[in-house]
Amino acid sequence: MKDSVKGMLVVAGAVIAAVGLFATGPSWGDDEGRGEEHGGMRASRVPVGAPASWKTECGSCHVPYPPAMLPAQSWARIMAGLDRHFGENASLPPAVAAEIGQFLAAEAGWPRDGEGGVARGEPPLRITETPWFRREHREIGDVVWRRAAIGSPANCSACHRQAEQGIFNEHGVKIPK
Amino acid sequence: MGSLKGTVLVGLIVWALMGWAAGEPEGQLQGWARAMGMSVSAFSAARGEALYRQENGNAQGGAIGCFSCHTKDPRQPGRTRAGKTIEPMASAVTPTRFTDPAKTEKWFSRNCQDVLGRACTPEEKGDFVTWLTRVKP
Ligand code: HEC
Ligand code: HEC
Ligand code: HEC
Repeated sequence: MKDSVKGMLVVAGAVIAAVGLFATGPSWGDDEGRGEEHGGMRASRVPVGAPASWKTECGSCHVPYPPAMLPAQSWARIMAGLDRHFGENASLPPAVAAEIGQFLAAEAGWPRDGEGGVARGEPPLRITETPWFRREHREIGDVVWRRAAIGSPANCSACHRQAEQGIFNEHGVKIPK
Repeated sequence: MGSLKGTVLVGLIVWALMGWAAGEPEGQLQGWARAMGMSVSAFSAARGEALYRQENGNAQGGAIGCFSCHTKDPRQPGRTRAGKTIEPMASAVTPTRFTDPAKTEKWFSRNCQDVLGRACTPEEKGDFVTWLTRVKP
């Protein structure tokens, strides 16, 4: 019984995904489904075996954003432009950049090559501009995003207290006043 | 087996000591002094403080400086543009400051370029670190 329910859910999921893909075109970084596949939003989103360089280098100016939160094409664009990274110079020695780039590509979110085809337009550079991010945060207004203690939607750890560890579930959320 | 263990242990201790020696701010100061053909005692904490507090115009017509992220008081935690906390820059408060040469050089090259539009000279680096290792808690 349980299995057949699961089966139906999988089929339903596939149909929704297919409709999403072919009817409205794939949307970049829409990771619904993928999150479930990886144990849902509750688990840490940092994959085991992440290289130490990723945490130190990509976690010094902001939390190290989990690779599953953007598609591989987005990470490739980000890694190719580190010298002009959102107005800052985040460039790295080639060997370190290569190690991080490989890790991000391997652990990137949906759609990956062969999984969702190639979406139209430029892959997003920001998690905060992906459809799933907007959906998860639709109840947060502009005034809140601009609060001094937050400053930017990219400042995940202002609200997600365990963002550093890749944990984004609702228990760790507290919006600062 | 016992002697192998002993060798490994001694090796580890030597390695740790080497890491510790190379990791002192002093080692980096000596490197910058050598590069300038001067002595470490010629570095000036006053010039280092001036560099830290210097205001530079940015493209948007505002003023930026080292203090923009590291705050006016180096004993206080700073904040990146993305909102993440930066440990205080004063060694007296954050003892690990300037103990990892690769890290120190990486941030000098990024931040000097970002704030001054050019690389910092070894003399400026020496002055800056001299001041920050002397700031009282
Ligand atoms: C020198 C500081 C610095 C370093 C190092 C750095 N970043 Fe960033 N990053 C920024 C800033 C500043 C922003 C823009 C934040 C904002 O809009 O509030 C940003 C934004 C981002 C965003 C978009 C966040 C959003 O809005 O969804 C991603 C993704 C990102 N960085 C990835 C990386 C990766 C990957 C690395 C390591 C290779 C890295 N960053 C290293 C400064 C840095
Ligand atoms: C202003 C505070 C705030 C900021 C900043 C913020 N979030 Fe959230 N986030 C929330 C709230 C509130 C929720 C809804 C929690 C709930 O499920 O009740 C949420 C939900 C989520 C969820 C879904 C969690 C779940 O278990 O359903 C994810 C994933 C997430 N955020 C990721 C991020 C990422 C990544 C960033 C930074 C790029 C970020 N958030 C920045 C407040 C914030
Ligand atoms: C845009 C923000 C920003 C500005 C402006 C800035 N820094 Fe930094 N700086 C950082 C961050 C982030 C770190 C990394 C902190 C950490 O990991 O502890 C850092 C670290 C450093 C370090 C490494 C310290 C160590 O432990 O070895 C040095 C040196 C440094 N900055 C010098 C400067 C100088 C000099 C200026 C001004 C010319 C400056 N910074 C301006 C953000 C900034």
